[in-house]
Amino acid sequence: MKSDKLKFFAFCLAVLLAPLPLSGSYLTNVLVFVGVNSILALGLNLLLGFAGQISLGQAAFFGLGAYGSGVLTSVYAFNPWVAMVVVALAVAAFAFAIGFPVLRLKGHYLAMATLGVGVIANIAFNETVDLTGGPSGLSGIPNLAIGSFTFDTDLKNYYLVWGFALVMILLSLNLVNSRFGRGLRAIHDSEVAARVMGVNARLMKVQVFTLSAFISAIAGSLYCHVMTFISPTSFGFNTSVELLTMIVIGGFGSVYGSILGALLLTMLPEILRTFNDYDIIVYGLLLVVMTIYMPGGLVKGVPALFRRLTPKKAKEGANA
Amino acid sequence: MLNLNGIGKRFGGLTALDGISFNVGKGSITGIIGPNGAGKTTLFNIATGIYPPSCGAVLLEGKDISKLPPEGRAHLGLVRTFQNIELFGKMTVLENVMVGLHTQSKSGMFACAFRMPWQMGEEKRIRARAQELLEFVGIPELADVEAGTLPFGKGRLLEIARAMALEPKLLLMDEPAAGLNSSETAELADLIKRIRDLGITVALVEHDMDLVMDICDQLVVLNLGTMLAEGTPREIQDNQAVITAYLGEE
Amino acid sequence: MELLNQVSQFVISGLATGAIYALIGLSFAIIFNSTGIINFAQGEFVMLGGVLTILCINALQLPLLAAICAAVAGTTVIGLVFERLAIRPLKNATPLALIIITIGASILIRGLVMLLWGKDTQALPAFSGNDPISVAGATLLPQHLWIFGVTILVIVGCRLFFHHTISGKAMRACSFNPRAANLVGVSVGRMVLFSFVISAAVGSLAGVIIAPLTMTAYDVGVMLGLKGFCAAIMGGMGSGLGTVLGGLILGALESLGAGLISSGYKDAIAFLILLLILFIRPQGLFKKGETDRV
Repeated sequence: MKSDKLKFFAFCLAVLLAPLPLSGSYLTNVLVFVGVNSILALGLNLLLGFAGQISLGQAAFFGLGAYGSGVLTSVYAFNPWVAMVVVALAVAAFAFAIGFPVLRLKGHYLAMATLGVGVIANIAFNETVDLTGGPSGLSGIPNLAIGSFTFDTDLKNYYLVWGFALVMILLSLNLVNSRFGRGLRAIHDSEVAARVMGVNARLMKVQVFTLSAFISAIAGSLYCHVMTFISPTSFGFNTSVELLTMIVIGGFGSVYGSILGALLLTMLPEILRTFNDYDIIVYGLLLVVMTIYMPGGLVKGVPALFRRLTPKKAKEGANA
Repeated sequence: MLNLNGIGKRFGGLTALDGISFNVGKGSITGIIGPNGAGKTTLFNIATGIYPPSCGAVLLEGKDISKLPPEGRAHLGLVRTFQNIELFGKMTVLENVMVGLHTQSKSGMFACAFRMPWQMGEEKRIRARAQELLEFVGIPELADVEAGTLPFGKGRLLEIARAMALEPKLLLMDEPAAGLNSSETAELADLIKRIRDLGITVALVEHDMDLVMDICDQLVVLNLGTMLAEGTPREIQDNQAVITAYLGEE
Repeated sequence: MELLNQVSQFVISGLATGAIYALIGLSFAIIFNSTGIINFAQGEFVMLGGVLTILCINALQLPLLAAICAAVAGTTVIGLVFERLAIRPLKNATPLALIIITIGASILIRGLVMLLWGKDTQALPAFSGNDPISVAGATLLPQHLWIFGVTILVIVGCRLFFHHTISGKAMRACSFNPRAANLVGVSVGRMVLFSFVISAAVGSLAGVIIAPLTMTAYDVGVMLGLKGFCAAIMGGMGSGLGTVLGGLILGALESLGAGLISSGYKDAIAFLILLLILFIRPQGLFKKGETDRV
């Protein structure tokens, strides 16, 4: 318990200090998107890593959040903060409504159904040209502001996005180590046994699905205000797969694993500039290789690897 | 306590159970025995709501619970253990029992995420109670071990502790002695009696005849999906039909 | 009259794409029925069929028929390698792991094709010209006839294989009860491999025969795969007539919807149908429900 608090505190400190050595280089900008992706990955990990329910449609909720906020603020001149809350609640209500039929499905069927939701949403972003601008995108979205303080630089946006991320990380940590989180993990391990233990699996799955949609919608709102321009390509199937890859790499069912995955996968294309569009090959390889050889992701896999390597050395030492 | 009224179950064309009716008396230990394929586990699955019966009704304390899902029955005090132990393998032993305390607590998603003060109190209470239950079954030292790594016998004890966490009125145990050695079985017999002494009604499906004859007050014999006999262990031992159908070969 | 002509035109072209969906659905069902896996990389087999054929014609100067054979054979080998490298080594084969692996494989294949072949859209020449044939006021392309012909052949072929050959029967046995099949001497592992091979062949063939109509590129596999899955779901994941009907209905509805309502929402129609069926009749349109044994 104590060490958990210490870990979170250290993490907060790292987040606070990270931009200082970068002193306004473009890496600060990259870290803003690491923050957005961390929130998204965290939302998916609650659903997938803890409750064991796959979603290939996370980009839909992300996109609904972004377009919701974008349209309300740029077309209807809503206050961005009000819009963010309204949109996130609306997206959560939508997720709650479709959650009941969707989460009755299991495994492959659940994957396909969520994928279907994602594709339909993406088509809607493209086709409702009057509202969203269609394929050419929606521009003129204002930055967020508190009074006269506007979040209009990378550094300000960094603290804005990561402020949200830290709050969500804290709430997620609370959640997974509580009655609710135990219920989710129990459903993941054995749904039948969980239900016999009196866990209302059907409702809890829908609740966590709703929560994950809510979190994704907030990430979407932040994204649209940071970017001030959005287009449907950011909210397609590839985005959903990218989020999945983050979790698979970082760590299934690990809060910090989601952040690690988001960090690595967002930085990767920046570091490997030459890769261009071909980063998709790397994603594919990572998904296959990690699932086969390190199913717990880096967060669990690396310590396990160390454990496997060190006793061997000790034994060799004893033999010699 | 538990009334089964004319339970029948068909899988496609196969009749697994046909017209099963009996009563599990309050405060008793009832054994359900029968050769393999007699339909014992199917009967358990119907009693606990894993799947619905094709016909008949399940009554708990006179109340028809046939339509309730497993979690609804758990809330009414009907709890079971599984033949192949269904533990939450990736969670610790203590956490497993704490999941069992799910019905004894009520913090929802928001309370948990925001660590409401009363939620913290509830969490503390659950943790203490879980530790107590581990002591009751005799494995308090294993609290922080990952449940998936437990040896089979300890896993069985954990499963019982987890079931006890639900404060059951009626505990259904599916082959509790399967896979246990003789000293573990003796320990189990003792544990089941202690559970009965707490005022909890126990019904178990079991193959180990010594155990059944030792601890049960009442026996029900199934054969090929039908009821063959019902009575005290003594009566069953003398029952000609049972001897021919079941014990006959020995 | 004008409208009627239009409608019959939409139906005909819809049925042709529907036949393709049926073939892809069939290829989904073949793997699903012997392994319980929904292969998310199925669409890539379809894409490979078309792309490899064009590659064989352009780069190797092969005649059409030889190019098709080479492409189908090539895809089949890829299916085999895929099963060996990605499915076989998986120790803890939970549905979740399988979903993630097949998604990974699918984007890997797509990425490699993009790397080697580029992002251009290319067309395969129609097998026997583009002179339209007029039937009852609607026009039919020769390629449509090819599609219907090949689809019927493949379906009859599969039927014969699964019901009248030892290997086919063994594969069906695996789907009913892998342990029992293993006990009577069927190698389940080999049957899983077989199912990937056959499925890759059927999928790629579908990709070949549609390529002249719709053009092909590295990324066509996603949509085709998903719609094929939709067809298979409509047919209850069987490898029989249900999937074929599912594909044809889907193709016709999609074409009518695109023609009469809005072409932009064409792809959404398939997914709406998919969701509706998953929600309301997950066992398929033509099957009766059964109680699951837990």
